[in-house]
Amino acid sequence: MNTHFRRTEKSWIRILLTAIALVFVLLFIALPMLLVFAEAFSRGWAFYRDTLSESDAISAISLTLLTAAIAVPLNVIFGVAAAWAIARFNFRGKSFLITLIDLPFSVSPVVAGLMYLLLFGNQTALGVWLDAHDLKIIFAVPGIVLATTFVTFPFVARELIPLMQSQGADEEQAALVLGAGSLQTLWHVTLPNIKWGLLYGVILTNARAMGEFGAVSVISGHIRGVTNTIPLHVEILYNEFNIAGAFVCASVLALLAIVTLILKSIIEWRQHRSHQQSLRRSGNPTQPGAGSRIGVATAISAT
Amino acid sequence: MSIEVRHVTKTFGDFTALADISLQIHSGQLLALLGPSGCGKTTLLKIVAGLEQPDSGQLLFEGVDATNKHVTERGIGFVFQHYALFRHMTVFDNIAFGLNVKPRRLRPSKAQIHDKVHRLLKMVQLDWLADAYPSQLSGGQRQRIALARSLAVEPQVLLLDEPFGALDARVRKDLRRWLRQLHDEIHLTSIFVTHDQEEALEVSDRVVVMNHGQIEQVGTPDEIYEHPASAFVTQFLGDVNLFHGRIQDEQFTRGDYTQPLAPGNIHGNSDDEVTAYIRPHDIELTQDASNALDRGTIEHVHAIGPVVRLELARAGSSDPIEVVMTRERYRILGLNPGDTVYVKPRKMAVFTRNKASAVA
Repeated sequence: MNTHFRRTEKSWIRILLTAIALVFVLLFIALPMLLVFAEAFSRGWAFYRDTLSESDAISAISLTLLTAAIAVPLNVIFGVAAAWAIARFNFRGKSFLITLIDLPFSVSPVVAGLMYLLLFGNQTALGVWLDAHDLKIIFAVPGIVLATTFVTFPFVARELIPLMQSQGADEEQAALVLGAGSLQTLWHVTLPNIKWGLLYGVILTNARAMGEFGAVSVISGHIRGVTNTIPLHVEILYNEFNIAGAFVCASVLALLAIVTLILKSIIEWRQHRSHQQSLRRSGNPTQPGAGSRIGVATAISAT
Repeated sequence: MSIEVRHVTKTFGDFTALADISLQIHSGQLLALLGPSGCGKTTLLKIVAGLEQPDSGQLLFEGVDATNKHVTERGIGFVFQHYALFRHMTVFDNIAFGLNVKPRRLRPSKAQIHDKVHRLLKMVQLDWLADAYPSQLSGGQRQRIALARSLAVEPQVLLLDEPFGALDARVRKDLRRWLRQLHDEIHLTSIFVTHDQEEALEVSDRVVVMNHGQIEQVGTPDEIYEHPASAFVTQFLGDVNLFHGRIQDEQFTRGDYTQPLAPGNIHGNSDDEVTAYIRPHDIELTQDASNALDRGTIEHVHAIGPVVRLELARAGSSDPIEVVMTRERYRILGLNPGDTVYVKPRKMAVFTRNKASAVA
């Protein structure tokens, strides 16, 4: 990176601010994470392996992964579509849509779970209809997926809307003028420009989808081996006074988070490397001699 | 390709951007849309491009109604003020974009695309930048690449939206000249939007002066400058000094000063109150009081490059009279701050207080 920060503050201010940030990170993030892993392995590797090979644990892990695998793509599609509509067009109900997108943030997850419980339960006509056709939503996997999708609704959209608004529509208009269709424009111009925002939104969505507790807890029914995700399983183990076991499962979540972040860093590093390579390949693009003498060398001839 | 705009109107909420605009653009012309911010020139350009839809009116390409044609089918090239290069693609891919997105049966082969892109890069003298990314280029380079990109699809019309507005003065001058040369070679019907009158007068075949969503005047750069049709056009095209007076018997009068007006150019009746608009370089300063338009005292003298600009204080107005002359002339006259001099115009444009026109 070619950024050069001018030192305008006194060095003690710099040191103090850096120290405060570091202490915060160490105390509230790094230390607890390390403790989770320390506790998880406190009973040895065999205990760790056995806890995770229990059938309940395995089904919890696979349900968590399944939920994330459905919720994340759904919210990516919705997020990109909503961001494009909001950032590029004016339409009736636009501010209503924006408020709607922010709703899951302001609603407590427990309330969200309860909302679905009531909607699909026997109190409503819909619930009665579902029961009559033996379609299980609440206390079953579909309900968990629904609740998770709801609470992770805003992440991608909120990440992309300001990004797309600040980037402006010029590049997309240029693509249209050059003859690209809407899908081609989306694929070749819009998505590459928002890919970092999209990636970050996906990471947030994924993290929340895997770690969601409140909404899923209300709607799952806690049926062991069927409707338990990893967070719910951690609660069960904790309530059975199997503290170390709870930490083992918690460490799985922590590990998934770390893997996601490593993936993100790898992608960023490779992007940076290819950019540097192209810089070197074209020499120094802004040599003074190059730009000044301009003339029309050859005309374009019709092919 | 000739373009005709017929009775186009466009409003944004309460704001009227274009009010019943009609315009003819002949094939092969380089036309400038000139006007202040908010006059509707960019809106008109975008309507021609298909990036905006008019509320009413028609747009014809070669006599064929194209009002409802989608932007992707109009066969136009568009150059944006801030280049709009695809930031994550190399220069080569940027220029090849229009060719790469063509439907399969119309798409040229990879080798043909490669040749064409390199020919265009040579034309803009930047073929050593084929693998660079837009963020690594200077403003002038980016705009040239943007131009090459728009020409790759062989458009029938080239539209430019304040193409040099984001560049610094030296680069702007160079590119202006270069655009003119390019147009002389390939004779592509082109429309460009600018608020810089110098640019419009230097580059274009015809100028359309706009204000508040309406066309004030259409003509060649010479016509517009020598025979402005309204006070707005006169004031927009450069600095002017204003002198109030009257029309009497086909003459402009102000106190003892009279100036016969060119016959056939008189719009207004006897005794109308009018204003004379005189450019700073059309004023002669003398010590001779006979038939002088006005009298002033020299307050400031600024030597700016090859010319000298004088500001004169005058009675009856807080606005100074601005006079521009060559250094040579200034030296010969031997004037100094504090001197009282008499003002005699060589040329003036006279308009009634409301609208247009009578020119001497």
